[in-house]
Amino acid sequence: MTKRDIVVIGAGPAGLAAAIAAYNAGVKDILIIERDKEMGGILNQCIHNGFGLHRFGEELSGPEYAGKYIDMIKDTDIEVKLGSMVLSIENKIVSVISEKNGFEQIEAKAIILAMGCRERNRGPIFVPGGRGRGVFTAGSAQRYLNINGYLVGKRVVILGSGDIGLIMARRMTLEGAKVLAVAEIMPFTNGLARNVAQCLEDYDIPLYLSHTVTNVLGKNRVEGVVLSQVDENNNPIEGTEKHFECDTLLLSVGLVPENEITRGAGIEIDPRTNGAVVGADMQTGEPGVFACGNVLHVHDLVDYVSAESEKAGLSAAKYVISGCVNSKSEVTYIQNGANVGYTVPQKIEIDSIEKNAEIFFRVRKKIRYCDIVVESEGVKIASFRREYLAPGEMQKIVLPKVLLEKAEGDITVSAYEREEVEE
Amino acid sequence: MYDVIIIGGGVCGAAIAMYLSKYDISCCVLEKENDVAVGTTRANSGIVHAGYDPEPETLMARLNVRGNELTEEFCIKMGVPYKKCGSMVISFNSEDEEHIQKLYERGIINGVRGMEIINKEELLKREPHLSDTVTGALFAPSGAVVNPWRLCLAMCETAAENGVEFFLECPVTAIEKLPTSFIVTAGGKQFEGKYVVNAAGLYSDKIAEMVGANDFEIRPSKGQYYLLDKTSNWIVNSVIFQCPTEKGKGVLVSPTADGNIIVGPNAESGNARDDVSTTREGLEFVRQEASKTTEKINYRENIRSFAGLRANSDQKDFIIGESPLVRHFINVAGIKSPGLSSAIAIGEYLVDVLGDCGLIMYQKHDWKYAKPQICFAELSNEEKAEYCRKNPKFGNVVCRCNTVTEGEILEALNSHIKPRTLDGVKRRTGSGMGRCQGGFCGEKIHEILCNYYGLDPKEILWDKETSYIVAEKVGDAQ
Repeated sequence: MTKRDIVVIGAGPAGLAAAIAAYNAGVKDILIIERDKEMGGILNQCIHNGFGLHRFGEELSGPEYAGKYIDMIKDTDIEVKLGSMVLSIENKIVSVISEKNGFEQIEAKAIILAMGCRERNRGPIFVPGGRGRGVFTAGSAQRYLNINGYLVGKRVVILGSGDIGLIMARRMTLEGAKVLAVAEIMPFTNGLARNVAQCLEDYDIPLYLSHTVTNVLGKNRVEGVVLSQVDENNNPIEGTEKHFECDTLLLSVGLVPENEITRGAGIEIDPRTNGAVVGADMQTGEPGVFACGNVLHVHDLVDYVSAESEKAGLSAAKYVISGCVNSKSEVTYIQNGANVGYTVPQKIEIDSIEKNAEIFFRVRKKIRYCDIVVESEGVKIASFRREYLAPGEMQKIVLPKVLLEKAEGDITVSAYEREEVEE
Repeated sequence: MYDVIIIGGGVCGAAIAMYLSKYDISCCVLEKENDVAVGTTRANSGIVHAGYDPEPETLMARLNVRGNELTEEFCIKMGVPYKKCGSMVISFNSEDEEHIQKLYERGIINGVRGMEIINKEELLKREPHLSDTVTGALFAPSGAVVNPWRLCLAMCETAAENGVEFFLECPVTAIEKLPTSFIVTAGGKQFEGKYVVNAAGLYSDKIAEMVGANDFEIRPSKGQYYLLDKTSNWIVNSVIFQCPTEKGKGVLVSPTADGNIIVGPNAESGNARDDVSTTREGLEFVRQEASKTTEKINYRENIRSFAGLRANSDQKDFIIGESPLVRHFINVAGIKSPGLSSAIAIGEYLVDVLGDCGLIMYQKHDWKYAKPQICFAELSNEEKAEYCRKNPKFGNVVCRCNTVTEGEILEALNSHIKPRTLDGVKRRTGSGMGRCQGGFCGEKIHEILCNYYGLDPKEILWDKETSYIVAEKVGDAQ
């Protein structure tokens, strides 16, 4: 069995950034395991621009953004195993198979989980109708188009207003397909505002809010889709049916972190994020196992994935350098208050942070004018004023260590709607 | 000239083909679709019933109990996903309890072994996630679950291994009765056979009509299901039925042989023979009914909703035997529940039926089982390493949800009845059957099929005819 200091699972943006951060922090014995034939992860199929504004101060395409990190990796001694699939992790022993090396086991001092996420599909959202084929997740249609060069269909309805769906509406239109409608069951879009403007409005693609698919027609291949308006409980309203003749239904209805290996390793999962429960150092419940990027919680912007992953890489390096021990410090748990869907991290070990703790979260609904309030035992310890919050846009607050040290017991993060609006 | 022409490559046709392949006769199977196991066989509950439901003295009773034994034996031999998890019929009140008593007595007469009636306490000990309103259950240890299409495929492969010819995309359009044989027109070709076995499932009355043997009618009944992710597998340990009603065996909650949880079916009559669409109402009904059994089901874990059609008929029992109207034309029709459980026994029984009709056959000495389809994910670490050493393609994981390797897909492509479609590969290897439902691996398998058959990506089908995967190469548009 080979032994490595750090094994990183996944060579997407999270894994690459984490590996480089760990390397720069002084751990040179690093192995990245990637199931695909090349590094870059899902960025390779995201040929649109809009990446890197925060990170690099310039607008890049997905492959360009990945390319920057791939170049950084190539300047190091970090080893990358491509075409290799991790089957399980047990007591920090990673079982992996590949065509090249067959079945191998690698013992790691620290492991960084960076497996990314997958798309939610038809199952959990109960799209009724026929067995006609041609219902794709937006990302798989994107892969067919941008990697293989094939349009999956020519007349398309999109369910869900997630970013990939919006991007695909424009992309398929540009390649000659007719995108007839984008339907979103919520009264607001799930994607970034800029994508709604640039991908739908600029191409006159109708967006139907508070609508869902109530029937898919076609026995062998999709022949049509019926959209209906929904009431406040998301139940279809009879008489509002709109019929679209199409050969394809794309689903852009959310992403789910891919934590099969994490679960298999017995690591605690947060049911709200579907990712591991982590501390401010991105360490999971299993000492020496860290998680970052979309495997931890779904991000909107890759720039934030990179930043979070660097934190994980740094923490993993510290863990290895310190001889694989965690300092025992007090744990502050973060509770979700009003309108807050989840937070990452879910807990903070005070000693693991230097000056500040960054807390990422999502709200459950759109809030126009908002006070984000952090409380400890009912006492407000910090508040942040924001003009606009939406579930589709991840939020971040920064809590100084001194404040956290003063906090008694758990802290609660809430997002309150503000009544009066000062101009 | 064939001795026997079997119409239909579902689980019954497959079983009959396999049993006939043990004898020195010539035999072929005509299937209208591009694969076997794609009618009722591919969408049902996957239950191997113990045999306490059918009225005693019926074919259903006899073949169910015999089939239960044979299925276990065959599945173990062929590596078909099968789990003898036992089945429960649960009661909620004294009326149900009386019914369960009746089922128990019927089971005794039918020859079901090991049944017991258990009280609430014992039931909740064995099935702690059931609703607290249960009052007890009939437990049958021989109740089991099986992967129905894998069962069918394994029998087809074994039949083909022993000389049975399979013709796919051969819908039968005419049958002509000659003095000592039949001419069957199928897929534009003509097949001559001394005996015809009509195992055409939902279409068996239409087939019978072609030769004037239509003294029965098929009345399809649709059932809708949820299939939950393996992460829900803690909900129940055995097949959980509610008490049966006139409409059927009711909504069950059960493990599947592949480790998922299945919830369903409802029963809708008056459907078209090819209507396998799901509806909001149908699935809502299933949910309501299942909530009586357990309230623990999280439907966000649903990975697929689907519907299947039962080939019910206007007769009470299975219709198996030589048609009273046409000599040497054998009907195997109206194979409703417990059809899957009985299928292998039907195959065995057909040898007698054909013998009684005058077909002379001698057992072969060199008959053998087909090579079982391996399941890489279930191998030990040492075995995995060994498979990868022998064929590096086993190191290439194609379907990440179910850990299906390229090696397994290539083995399936080298079998007798080759998968031609994405779903064909799925049925043989389990690829795309996990939580991502082919989102990641579909494109990879598509490529493997293109390379294997030397076809353009546009020509590869997902499933049935016209179910293309990609419409157009970029640049060809406008």
